[in-house]
Amino acid sequence: MATALTPVLSEFWDRPESWTLRTYESHGGYRALRAALDRRPEEIVDLVKASGIRGRGGAGFPAGLKWSFLPAPDGGPRYLVVNADESEPGTCKDVPLLMATPQTLIEGMVIASYAIRAERAFVYLRGEVVHVYRRLLRALEEARESGYVGKNILGSGFDLEIVMHAGAGAYICGEETALLDSLEGRRGQPRLKPPFPAVAGLYARPTVVNNVESIASVPSIVSNGPEWFAGMGTERSTGFGLFSLSGHVKRPGQYEAPLGITLRELLDMAGGMRDGNELKFWTPGGSSTPLFTAEHLDVPLDFESVAAAGSMLGTRALQIFDHTTCVVRAVLRWMEFYRHESCGKCTPCREGTYWMTQVLRSLEAGEGVPEDLDKLLDVCDNILGRSFCPLGDGATSCVTSSIQHFRDEYLRHLTHGGCPFDPMESTLFAGASA
Amino acid sequence: MPFTDTVRERLGADAREIMARYPEPRSALLPMLHLMQSEEGFVSGDGIALCAELLGLSTAEVSAVATFYSQFKRHPNGDYTIGVCTNTLCAIMGGDAIFAALQKHLGVGDGETTPDGRITLERIECNAGCDYAPVVMANWEFFDNQTPSSATELVDELRLGKDVAPTRGAGKVCTFKEVSRVLAGFADGRADEGVGAGAASVRGTELARERGWKAPGPTTTGEGEG
Repeated sequence: MATALTPVLSEFWDRPESWTLRTYESHGGYRALRAALDRRPEEIVDLVKASGIRGRGGAGFPAGLKWSFLPAPDGGPRYLVVNADESEPGTCKDVPLLMATPQTLIEGMVIASYAIRAERAFVYLRGEVVHVYRRLLRALEEARESGYVGKNILGSGFDLEIVMHAGAGAYICGEETALLDSLEGRRGQPRLKPPFPAVAGLYARPTVVNNVESIASVPSIVSNGPEWFAGMGTERSTGFGLFSLSGHVKRPGQYEAPLGITLRELLDMAGGMRDGNELKFWTPGGSSTPLFTAEHLDVPLDFESVAAAGSMLGTRALQIFDHTTCVVRAVLRWMEFYRHESCGKCTPCREGTYWMTQVLRSLEAGEGVPEDLDKLLDVCDNILGRSFCPLGDGATSCVTSSIQHFRDEYLRHLTHGGCPFDPMESTLFAGASA
Repeated sequence: MPFTDTVRERLGADAREIMARYPEPRSALLPMLHLMQSEEGFVSGDGIALCAELLGLSTAEVSAVATFYSQFKRHPNGDYTIGVCTNTLCAIMGGDAIFAALQKHLGVGDGETTPDGRITLERIECNAGCDYAPVVMANWEFFDNQTPSSATELVDELRLGKDVAPTRGAGKVCTFKEVSRVLAGFADGRADEGVGAGAASVRGTELARERGWKAPGPTTTGEGEG
C-alpha cells in the first residue's frame, strides 16, 4: 500500500502570513496549550512518553523519557533549551518551519516547559538565518502580548519567560552540550557526559535540550492524543516527520510523512530524478549518516530499518545524487566541512579530519595510491568511537560507506590521472548557458 | 579607533539590555559581539576590550570566544557578505561554479573584501536551504537556486547601492552592520516582510492538498474528541 503524506506541522505553510499569531490561531493554534494547562505537568510528560515520539534532531532519543530524567524540583531553576542550530549538511527542515510557523514552536515550548516545570526557556538559533531570527523575535512578542508567554499564562498561575538567542556560526553547537557552553557565552565545545544536561545542563541546572521539530510536534500530540500520534509511523518509530529531499530530483522540498515511508515513494512524489537520470547515492539523514545507493530505495525510513540496513535515519535529510556526480568529490567536500567544523577539543577528530582531507584531495586529483584507501579506513577506525562527541564519528560515515560502495570509482581516479567526471554536468544549470 | 564616550555609553546601555535577558550575564557575550560588529563592521580590539570590561572577563577570554565563531570578523568587513555555499550538495549543484565566477568577477578570494569596501566574498557551509541548492547568502538572507550569472548580477546591484530583495527574507538585504544589530536581538521591524515559505518548502503541503491526503483526525483522549 502506498504511503500518503500527513501534513501536520506543514499543514498551512502556504497560507498568507502563515507566521502571524492570527493565522496560527485561525488554524487551531494555542488550543493545545489551554488543554495542557488544565492537566497536571506529570500527565503531559506521560502523554508525550506514550506517544513514543523520538527526538527529531538526529539521535532519536525518546523525548518523553528525556523529560522524565529531570530530578524532582528542588526550588531552583530548570530550563528548556530548543536546539535550532540546524547545520547538519542536507538538513533543512527547522529553518522553513520557523520561517513559516514560528508560533508552533512557541506553543510547544510553553507546554513542554509547563510539563518539566521550567520557568525559563531558550531558543538557540544558528546566527546565519537572520530572517528566521526576525520571525522568532516577532512571534515571541505576539505570544507575550496575548498572554501565552509571561506571567500567569492564561490565568493558570504558570510563568514562563522565553529568550530568543542567535548563535554566531559553528556546526558543533548543534551538539547539545556544546550548545549549552555556547549559550553560556563560551566557545562551543562539548562537555563530558555524564553528567547529562537533565542533571547538570545550562548553568549546571537541570535542563532539557530538544530539537525544534520535536517541540513543535508537542501541541498536536496534546490536542489529538498519544494514540493518534502512535497510529502513524511504525511501532518503534512513531508519528510523522519532515523528509527533506534535495539534489538531483525534479521537485526537491519538504514532504511531511509517517516514519517508515521509503525513498522510492518519496521520489515518486517529488517527480523522480531530474531528466530521468539514474540514482547513484544518497544520504538518509544528513552527511553524518552512511551513504545509501539505489539498492536501498525500499528501505523503510524509520530508525530501526535504516539502522538495520547500515545507516542512520538522522534528520531525514535526503541528499540525492545522480550518476553525473563524483562520489570522491562529494566525500572530499564533506570532509573539508568536518575539518572546518571540528572544535579542536579532541585529537582523533581534530587531526583525523585534517589528514583525511589531505588524502582525499590527492585522491580526487588522481595523485594518490591505492593504499590510500586503507589509510583512510585506518584513520576512520581511529576516530570512530574514540572521539569526544559524535562529530568525529559522523565524519567517518561518508568515507567508509563510499569506499564500501564505490571503491572502483576511487581507483578510477588513479588510473585516469584525475577526476573522470565533468563537474558542470552535475549542476542545476547543466546544459544552460549560465 | 577607540570608541568615543558617547558611543561607549550607547553600546554600554545596549549591552546591559542584552545582559538583562539572561539569568547570568556572560550568556550575553555572543549577542554583544554581534552588537560590536553592528558598530564597527567587525570585532575590533576595542570591541573585545569593551565586552570584557562590561562582563568582568579578561580580554583573552573574550578573544577566545570571538575567534571561535565564523560569523565574527576580525578585520573590517564589507557592507555585504556574499556567502556561497560550497558544502557538498550546493557545490555539486553549482556552488563551485558560482564561487569561481564571483571570485573572477570581483577579483577577490575567500574571505577578502573588494577595494570599494562593498563586498566580502566567502565560502560558507551548509545553510539549511538544501532544497533550494545552489544557495547564496547575502548578509545571511537567502538567495535560492542561484547561477553564476544571477549571483554576479546580485553583487553588481549591491555594489551600485541598489535595493535587492532576497528570495526568502526581508524586503531588501540590509547592511552587515544593520543585520548584526538584529542578531544582537534588536528587532528592526522587518519580520512581516517577505514570504512565509518558498516553493520547495510547500511542495509536500501542496501535493497533499491536491491529492486529498491528510493526517488522520484525533482518535483518543485529546481535547475535542467525539
